[in-house]
Amino acid sequence: MGRYVIRRLLQMIPVFIGSTFLIFFMVYALGDPVAALFGDRAPDPATAAQIRHDLYLDHSLPAQYVHYMGNLFKGDFGVAFNGQSVLQLMGDAFPVTIRLTIVAIVFEIIIGISLGVLTGMKRGKPVDTGVLLLTLVVISIPTFVTGYVLQYVFGVQLKWTAPSVSPSAPLNELILPGLVLALVSLAYVTRLTRTSIAENTRGDYVRTAVAKGLPRRRVIIRHLLRNSLIPVVTFIGTDIGALMGGAIVTERIFNIHGVGYNLYQGILRNNAPTVVGFVTILVLVFLIANLLVDLLYAVLDPRIRYA
Amino acid sequence: MPELTDPKPLTEATVAGVAVPAAPADPQREKARSLAGDAWRDLRRKPMFYISGLLILFLIVIAIWPSAIASGNPLACDLAKSQMGPTGGHPFGFDTQGCDVYTRTVYGARDSVAVGILTTLGATVLGSLLGGLAGFFGGIWDSLISMVSNIFFGIPILLGGVVFLSVVKGGSVATVTLFMVLLGWPQIARIARGAVITAKQQDYVQAARALGAGNTRMLLRHILPNALAPIIVVSTIALGTYISLEATLSFLGVGLKPPAVSWGIDISQASNQIRNAPHMLLWPAGALSITVLAFIMLGDAVRDALDPKLR
Repeated sequence: MGRYVIRRLLQMIPVFIGSTFLIFFMVYALGDPVAALFGDRAPDPATAAQIRHDLYLDHSLPAQYVHYMGNLFKGDFGVAFNGQSVLQLMGDAFPVTIRLTIVAIVFEIIIGISLGVLTGMKRGKPVDTGVLLLTLVVISIPTFVTGYVLQYVFGVQLKWTAPSVSPSAPLNELILPGLVLALVSLAYVTRLTRTSIAENTRGDYVRTAVAKGLPRRRVIIRHLLRNSLIPVVTFIGTDIGALMGGAIVTERIFNIHGVGYNLYQGILRNNAPTVVGFVTILVLVFLIANLLVDLLYAVLDPRIRYA
Repeated sequence: MPELTDPKPLTEATVAGVAVPAAPADPQREKARSLAGDAWRDLRRKPMFYISGLLILFLIVIAIWPSAIASGNPLACDLAKSQMGPTGGHPFGFDTQGCDVYTRTVYGARDSVAVGILTTLGATVLGSLLGGLAGFFGGIWDSLISMVSNIFFGIPILLGGVVFLSVVKGGSVATVTLFMVLLGWPQIARIARGAVITAKQQDYVQAARALGAGNTRMLLRHILPNALAPIIVVSTIALGTYISLEATLSFLGVGLKPPAVSWGIDISQASNQIRNAPHMLLWPAGALSITVLAFIMLGDAVRDALDPKLR
């Protein structure tokens, strides 16, 4: 197990460097962060050169990248162009987005898996067909449409919840945005669980468990569910990164001041340190989530042992 | 996902499995007999296939020839009619700029469908080529291509899209497509790699090798036809998600840009006005959702037909 973890961590290094360099390249080489500082006006060449020098931008791109990463591992993410430290921005933004992501994942697990088990057990029945068609419809409607429609219906018309979230983003205000963020993944979780359950109901071990005379509930939860959930866990794990990145849309609709909101503002203003800093952390989250998922395999399926 | 509307194939398969134990014991031979013919027969039994097929056909006709059902000009707007509801000859009403929502919704199909289809073609060709090479040659090629695709995988697609398109400042169908191919190919490459590795290990491929077939012949004659099915399935489903992604990028202001006529742009402009004029949001959003639904339904039907494991 230990050796496996170390090997996986080593494999993560080139991917981490590659992904972050790609983003770094896009922002610093394809865009011009110094020109962005001057807004619509053309920068004074001497001032621009001085700023380039101060920001270490007068070196080659690989040198800039190494310099940036060196600072990053010392805990210095640089300063956003409005003078705030990027670390400070992250400290404010990440807790909000993490809360939002947790709400979304809870929805995925509770609703998605329940519906998946229900339809998987009742394959071909009207419930099954109905839920499956519903998931297709949910997958087809883009998040930004469901977001505005649900915000309008529940926030403005019915007044069940606040239409936009306050800066402190308490958990109760994040329920509707969390649901909006979760919806598409929720539909995938439902379908994945359904397929998995349907495949496993015909498994020998389920027949054995039934033949032993175990109560139905115990067969489903202890035997069937545990084996069927492996692909679902993979999906939810890899979805964490996508959810945090996808929050860019949801956070904009509900005015949540989280990672997506900061990133979007940073991108619009070509605020290079903010964008690269936030994306670097998101890439790291994504890679670690994937590693954890692989390790969880061994817990869920005793046949898998990592040497 | 197996049969959505028609539970029959499952029962048939189960019955066949009990009655004729030899049939499922040799699925490879059955598959090799004629996968395409088999799949086509299966597809024609599905109402989902007809519904989505007709919808897609309709969309493609509209995309090529929008004036067939919308006589107006999507860019001809009259500010005096700003946000007006439906009137005679203008069934969907007007948007903030006073443009006819019906005309814009019809014309919006072109760019969405174009981006979707072009991205799918690009990502499928690039992905199956690289994934296929990685799977077929293995070794250093495999490590290299897998690493590059993992790097692209590390960046959430929406995030990468917003960053890339905001610095490139393109806003044309070509730029958006190019970027989406760039971030979309690793998904196909993974599938293609797996499919090629599976096909490579089959006995008939080994036999061809033993008979002295060259790499080109092996790839084109033996491996490609057998690795194609999973690639087609993933590509068809991806087409729907690509259209959705394009709309999301346009909605965020980094995808297609005005004067391009796109559902994403129209939804973005309507979203601020949802309280005053919900019709501005609902028509383009409905058109977008139905389009994505049609492609995903087609992908589902094709998967059921092509994946013999699910039968």
